[in-house]
Amino acid sequence: MVEIPEHLLKRSQAARQRAGGDGDGEAAPPATDDASSDTTGEGAEAPAASAPTAPAAAPAAAAPAGGGRAAAAAVAARPAAVPVRTQRLLTVVKAGSIQQVKAEPGDKVNVWPHLLQVEFVALLLCSAFLIVFSIFKQSPLQSEANFNFTPNPSKAPWYFLGLQELLSYFDAQVAGVYIPGFGLAGLMAIPFIDRNLSHHPEDRKIAIAIFSMFIVASAVLTIFGSFFRGEGFNFVFPWEKGLFFDF
Amino acid sequence: MPNGNGHQGNGNGRRGLRLLVRERVHETSEKLQGSQVWSSIFRPGSIFRKGYSDSPRNRAYVVMNSVLYHLHPVKVKRHAVKISYTLCLGGLSFFLFILLTITGIFLMFFYRPTDVQAYTDVQSLATSVAFGQLVRNLHRWGAHLMVLTVFLHMARVFYHGAYKPPREFNWVVGVVLLFLTLMLSFSGYLLPWDQLSLWAVTVGTNFAGYSPILGSQVKFVLLGSKEISTDTLLRWYVLHVLFFPFIITIFLAVHFWRVRKDGGISGPL
Repeated sequence: MVEIPEHLLKRSQAARQRAGGDGDGEAAPPATDDASSDTTGEGAEAPAASAPTAPAAAPAAAAPAGGGRAAAAAVAARPAAVPVRTQRLLTVVKAGSIQQVKAEPGDKVNVWPHLLQVEFVALLLCSAFLIVFSIFKQSPLQSEANFNFTPNPSKAPWYFLGLQELLSYFDAQVAGVYIPGFGLAGLMAIPFIDRNLSHHPEDRKIAIAIFSMFIVASAVLTIFGSFFRGEGFNFVFPWEKGLFFDF
Repeated sequence: MPNGNGHQGNGNGRRGLRLLVRERVHETSEKLQGSQVWSSIFRPGSIFRKGYSDSPRNRAYVVMNSVLYHLHPVKVKRHAVKISYTLCLGGLSFFLFILLTITGIFLMFFYRPTDVQAYTDVQSLATSVAFGQLVRNLHRWGAHLMVLTVFLHMARVFYHGAYKPPREFNWVVGVVLLFLTLMLSFSGYLLPWDQLSLWAVTVGTNFAGYSPILGSQVKFVLLGSKEISTDTLLRWYVLHVLFFPFIITIFLAVHFWRVRKDGGISGPL
């Protein structure tokens, strides 16, 4: 059995008290209310004139005048002419049982204009930066490909220079295949290894530390391979013999 | 008197003409914007459509009735709009991809992937193609920038813990996208056919040659021959302009769709 909320109980009790003062208010059919208000005021008026006031009252007014009068008299016999309505509480249905609320109302804003404006500005700034950069900085074009002349050093594109740097510490298979392979697989596996559900940095110190370590390591290796490796891929300071690096 | 009147009349006439023209222009634009063709191109809520007013209903329509904006939901969490949260990195990566597609199509008009023609074609971009060098620069710097933004986007997602349930699958898709971005960049590296590209690709493909057991076979598939040759150039050209863009577009679509399905951008910290 569903619990009935207190305020509903109070309301029904108050209504019952009011109805109790009038006698058998509960038993009175609702139609009498309409009839009383219609007839007590202007009983002498023609039925045709009262018809447009309320469509529900029309049959009552159109009915034989005798019946209408009788009902009016019965109502008028009561001490107070105030109509009494009572309701009976059948059951209380909680909102959750008939409607499923999936989206909780949150603090949201319209994409247009708030997000699209920000994106448009970001897009313009990015384009402007790239265009200005492209006007002043030419992309490299060295001499035509020549199989008979190997430049010293030969370097991979910058994003692979971390791997090339590793090549000077480890076996070729380890540095060239296993480390990048396990690196990619490890990246993909992160959400399945880290089952900690918290998003707060305080709760994820270990995860952040490990990831940051890898990021810093790859950045250091890449910078090292790019700027600190000269002829023969030997260590050299970039200010000694110039840069052995091109985009 | 007639002179003065005439003069005045002339001035009035000019002003009248100006008014008339303005009225006609206004009328025409009103009629155009009220026409059926216009209103069926610019769907309800379009800011170009006659009668657009800034109401919540029209704001929703702007997004719902545009195939491009429809990547977005009608509403997003308030914190998602803050630049300090995403730094726009994912969006900029996608924008750079579009920019690279456009500039790349331009470059394709002037480039033939053979060992005889490739280098001179790239050279003539600078000498005999209008804006050729600028577009090549845009393509090259844009590509390097895209590698950077994709990488930073991944770092941002990690530090926000945005790979956690329910977004595990989308993180995996994202790692695939990072790999494809690197492959797109690397496959384009050979195309200028200069010393830089030839030897960078030689070093890069040597990595593949170190694969256990299948090393030499993998390298042969990549190069199309024992050593880098004109066959390699054709192979990498097709990989660069068709194969990888095709694959990455599919993964991008899945990536964006998953963002929506997983409840939009992740919550604030």
